[in-house]
Amino acid sequence: MNNGIPIEYFLVTATLMFFAGVYGFITRKNLITMLMSVELMLNSVNINFVVFNRYLFPGQLEGHFFSLFVIAVAASEAAVAIAIIINIYRNFQSIDVEKTDEMKF
Amino acid sequence: MSGNQIMFIVFSAMIVIFSILTVTSRKILRAAVFLLFVLISTSALYFMLNYQFLAAVQLTLYAGGIVVLIIFSVLLTSHIDEKFESPALLKRVYAAIASILGAVLVITTLLNNTFVPGTEAAKDVNMNLIGNSLISWGEQGYALPFELISILLLAAMIAAIVVAKKIKTK
Repeated sequence: MNNGIPIEYFLVTATLMFFAGVYGFITRKNLITMLMSVELMLNSVNINFVVFNRYLFPGQLEGHFFSLFVIAVAASEAAVAIAIIINIYRNFQSIDVEKTDEMKF
Repeated sequence: MSGNQIMFIVFSAMIVIFSILTVTSRKILRAAVFLLFVLISTSALYFMLNYQFLAAVQLTLYAGGIVVLIIFSVLLTSHIDEKFESPALLKRVYAAIASILGAVLVITTLLNNTFVPGTEAAKDVNMNLIGNSLISWGEQGYALPFELISILLLAAMIAAIVVAKKIKTK
């Protein structure tokens, strides 16, 4: 319909991206790569919002604005997470999740 | 096959391939660059859906901001040519089973669902409309989430500075 591309194609792409993020979140041990997996998941959810907005409710803009807000939340989350990662690196000389096992300051 | 469909196939293939490479690459800087490719292809999908403003925000904030932040912290915390040891086989198998099962479940659900396409005329999303929606309230107004996001950004900025500040050790 819209551009001759069915809605399911977009959703399948977003699903594969989301579960790639899940796989990475389970297997990775480095904090930064785990953060990258979370970004992948957030991004795939954004695609879903935008596609539902465009195909199912083209007269409204809820999905569009919601993904704008999700992008802002992702940006602030990344900033705080990276500050915490740098602090952890300063205390442990490593950002491996298996080596950071103390809550000691 | 129209040009639109060819472009969609190229971009979605790029998204799938590079997101899998992002989570499997053993060099961290390469993983960050693959993530950048995923985010740029996503913004190309937004352009194809005619949401130009959202695509520009995606390019500047995600591809320009977050990836640069991630690359900086990679450079601060690890050696460039350091290779991760690959995760234990059992862990990889379990993770692959979990994610493939989840993907199959979601894809079968959404292929069996019938989506009812909207019949209203598509809205032309121009800057005027976006700006007016962000500062109006009531129907189609987003003033409250806009203010909340501004407070959240301020709080995140202060928190990032405070957390990353070097504390003098005695």
